[in-house]
Amino acid sequence: MEYLELFFKSIFIDNMVFATFLGMCSYLAVSKKVSTAVGLGAAVIFVLLVTVPLNWLLDQYILRPGALAWVGEEFASYDLSFLSFIMFIATIATMVQLVEIIVEKFSPSLYNSLGIFLPLIAVNCAILGGSLFMQSREIATIGLATVYGLGSGIGWFLAILAIAAIREKIRYSNVPAPLRGLGITFIITGLMAIGFMSFGGMLTGGDEETKEAPKEVAVETSEIEKTKNKETKIIN
Amino acid sequence: MGLLSKKDSKLILDPLADNNPITIQVLGICSALAITAQLKASIVMSISVLFVLGVGNVVISLIRNIIPSKIRIIVQLTVVAALVIIVDLVLKAFAYELSKELSVFVGLIITNCIIMGRFEAFALGNGPWRSFLDGIGNAAGYGVILIIVGFFRELLGSGTLMGVKVLGDPIEKTGLYAFGYENNGFMLLSPMALIVVGLIIWVQRSRNKALIED
Repeated sequence: MEYLELFFKSIFIDNMVFATFLGMCSYLAVSKKVSTAVGLGAAVIFVLLVTVPLNWLLDQYILRPGALAWVGEEFASYDLSFLSFIMFIATIATMVQLVEIIVEKFSPSLYNSLGIFLPLIAVNCAILGGSLFMQSREIATIGLATVYGLGSGIGWFLAILAIAAIREKIRYSNVPAPLRGLGITFIITGLMAIGFMSFGGMLTGGDEETKEAPKEVAVETSEIEKTKNKETKIIN
Repeated sequence: MGLLSKKDSKLILDPLADNNPITIQVLGICSALAITAQLKASIVMSISVLFVLGVGNVVISLIRNIIPSKIRIIVQLTVVAALVIIVDLVLKAFAYELSKELSVFVGLIITNCIIMGRFEAFALGNGPWRSFLDGIGNAAGYGVILIIVGFFRELLGSGTLMGVKVLGDPIEKTGLYAFGYENNGFMLLSPMALIVVGLIIWVQRSRNKALIED
């Protein structure tokens, strides 16, 4: 149950793109066509699925305060957490290269459809963000970390798929000239994000949900609660 | 601009408007939008990026002839990560509350596309001084957008600027609130950052028709 909850939470409520704006650069740059968007989305799911559990292990056994206790008594007091940025990004960059080599060797057809996106992924904030959120939310077990990686990846995939489909259609619409291209994409993403906020009540059911709201996103959670209470009042 | 030649000052001034990293080059949006609910956080973020990009560009430009091109991405990431750790530790030491608010977004400066983008596009092919100017210019262009977005979101969302209540007190009904003005709590929610940037792009491209995409 815990796994399922985290899975759906990371897809819908804490959606990488709509709730935390991670991976926006590639999200905006590669969403012109559905087919390329699917390729990049699949690559992101895959890399998140691999790197989040890996970085969880790193965090658990090397970085966090007291994590080195397994090496010996005298190491128990070490706190290497200030190194986490550099360790995480090194893991990600290495994994991406490794995945690229393996995929090229064993499945050339997959490499042709996915390969060009892999170098892009090393600098995709969604990947590093996945690991950093995993650390700051203190996810407890490696199983949960894997589920979190998978869920976040799927959430990102859904977001880029949706915006690519909309952008393919919007070409036939009469958008004001200065907004064409980038401007309208921003505004549509904003509207989609507002839509995704309504998933907030999904897990705990309606009125009590505000406690579950993503803490990192908004600085003023109390303000959000106020507006949400207003909304529910209006609905009632 | 006695100190800078015309070409050099162009490096700084161009990214501020017509070649702005956020609205034109579409770089560095990732970590930018989530922290703009408050003006103070936007300013701190801009300064952090200014430091990382300015110094990083110089370092990469100095070692550009030594880096083997195959592993250059890893080298670049290591340089940025080291600089970001410095920023993170400084923030934790001198502005702990703020660093809590920025949470993971300080770390995400590492994967801010603006930084990798400038390394790849400029620092790898130019000398240290010009790279430094380019870094400063682009980071300033990034900061300008962040500060504009932060200004409007904080003013309309919570009626304050840098935490100072400029519109009066909403509870005691002074200032504007005496006339029935209400804060628009919606502005504090993350989706509004996207829409505000969309509107900035609209304004900018209406003023300069050459930037319109077809």
